[in-house]
Amino acid sequence: MRPAPILSAFRQALGEAWAGGAGALLPLGFFAGAAVLVPLGIGTDPQTLRAVGPGILWVALALSSLVTLERIFQADTEDGALDLWLQTGAPASAIAGAKTFAHWLAAGLPLALLSPLLALMFQAEASTDLLRNAALYALGGLAFYFWGGVGAALSATVRRGGLLISLIALPLYVPTAIFGALSMTHGPGSESAPLFLAASTLFALAVAPFAMAAALRLAAD
Amino acid sequence: MFSWFANPLRFMRLSNWLAPLCYALAVLLIGWGLWQGLWMVPKDDYQGGDIMRVMFIHVPAAWLAMASYMAMAVMSFIWFIWRHEVADIAAKSIAPLGAVWTAICLATGSIWGKPTWGTWWQWDDARMMSVLFMFFLFLGYMALRASMDTRQKAARAGAILAMVGAINVPLIKFSVDLFTSLHQDSSVLTADGPKMAAVYLWPLLASGLGHTLLFAGLTQTLMRAEIWDRRTAQANAKLMAEG
Amino acid sequence: MRRGVTEPLLSANGLGMIRGERVLFTGVGLSVAPGESLVLRGSNGAGKTTLLRILAGLTRPEAGEVTRNGLHHWFAHREGLKPHETPRTHLGLWAKAWGSDSDLDSVLVQMGLKRPADVPARYLSAGQRRRTALGRLLLEKRPIWMLDEPYTALDAEGRDLVLELIEDHLKSGGGMIAAIHGESGFVPTNEVVL
Repeated sequence: MRPAPILSAFRQALGEAWAGGAGALLPLGFFAGAAVLVPLGIGTDPQTLRAVGPGILWVALALSSLVTLERIFQADTEDGALDLWLQTGAPASAIAGAKTFAHWLAAGLPLALLSPLLALMFQAEASTDLLRNAALYALGGLAFYFWGGVGAALSATVRRGGLLISLIALPLYVPTAIFGALSMTHGPGSESAPLFLAASTLFALAVAPFAMAAALRLAAD
Repeated sequence: MFSWFANPLRFMRLSNWLAPLCYALAVLLIGWGLWQGLWMVPKDDYQGGDIMRVMFIHVPAAWLAMASYMAMAVMSFIWFIWRHEVADIAAKSIAPLGAVWTAICLATGSIWGKPTWGTWWQWDDARMMSVLFMFFLFLGYMALRASMDTRQKAARAGAILAMVGAINVPLIKFSVDLFTSLHQDSSVLTADGPKMAAVYLWPLLASGLGHTLLFAGLTQTLMRAEIWDRRTAQANAKLMAEG
Repeated sequence: MRRGVTEPLLSANGLGMIRGERVLFTGVGLSVAPGESLVLRGSNGAGKTTLLRILAGLTRPEAGEVTRNGLHHWFAHREGLKPHETPRTHLGLWAKAWGSDSDLDSVLVQMGLKRPADVPARYLSAGQRRRTALGRLLLEKRPIWMLDEPYTALDAEGRDLVLELIEDHLKSGGGMIAAIHGESGFVPTNEVVL
């Protein structure tokens, strides 16, 4: 297996993600917008906001991953790039994994980096915990992107596929959302939750590429 | 062994008498179970009084919600590996029925929960949460199949999703258990199940078996309808090809 | 190997395909030897593109099998060009992916893309995009070319260019399979009518 096609797929996806209008700013705007709507909906009581803040950011992260992923494989089927990638001789799972990773890097990671700022807006105390939480958002976001990628690959040939991706990916997001939110609390079980989060992300990285590969071969068929 | 069942003709012959048999037995078992459950057995005040009688529908529905998803995943796997058409037809037919029984499980659980927990929906109950995500898995499966433009593609996409869902079910279950164990305060039904008095056991078993047979019968009927549907489509295509 | 008998670059037998309930074709057999060209013909919807995709390994046939002896180039009406890519970055990307070290500038010149070489694809004309994708065929020498409607959106000059490329390829011992609806502009060695 030559790594060259996989690297090229990664490069192309990265270019595509940055070139999509405002680059990483667009998902960031969505993320911030979704999070900022919440205080308008539930009120501005600092106690409440501090309690729900981390969870709201998980939900916003999940939503923005779905919005980002909607087009990644659909565009490839429409412009014919998928046909070319499937004929490189490199495993389709590696190509799909590289593309998904590139999109996480371009859109998911910036969200995690922005999370301390939003956490402050949700009345969190400024401490190193915010940086630790940013790392957890990055880790969990990776799992969101990979499971969302499965939904995106399965609905690559479906018009209005975005709604379908959400329906498919929602149950798969459950463990990450639970472990992620839990690892930011201070109750019992919160010490082991980051480990569970890491384990479920590894599970996603190990399994999702093969499902994406099968789905992409179907999309090209 | 699967290939013996994989022949649609053999399936049609088999289900021709097996499906009615399933229905007949199901009516008897569910009828007896409900009669016993709703009128004969004493109510249990610890489980909420007369409302606990909903158990004779709720528990079989919960069992079928889990079992039917696994059956669908196994059928998908068989189709994916051996491409036996009947396995795909089975997976396709199980999905809507599984969704219905899952919805029944959620609805009866909710009705049972109101008087006992004081709320229609208990986020802290691991089983209700797991069943809810099961329901979403079924919906996603059906929506995906429906959006594919040929039946071959629907079969492939459905099989991939059903298998991905099946390997995620243990992880979802585990995470939900962890989530709820930390909030646990009000769950009347403890993790190791309610203490089951023997008077409830037999009606419950009868009802569970009855529901399973009803599910099996309906699955066969839907499969027969699907096979007729495909035959019709093939005949039409042939007619059109001949002009 | 005996003289005069050459191993086919690509052969297929007993190919059959069903879409939905519609039988597209059955029992299709074909082979392409070095220097040979094969044109797939048939009306719209007859399955030319599907057959070509089966030969390329993109679509799984319902029956039959395909044997390819060597790599192939793929050029279809969907060019595989991303809106943000320029002819130069697109060809550079694929040269890297395939591990080829051909001179990009000469390929760009040969394809008549010297002037728009650094213009993103979303500003290119349809013909320029086709020329860019066609440039991929020159990045690396591959024995089999698969072309789906190669003349679409090309002007007369572009057509001549394609013909020239095909001629060179065949002369150097390559094989070609093309799905062409209208006039092919050359005399194919074989034809398959669907």
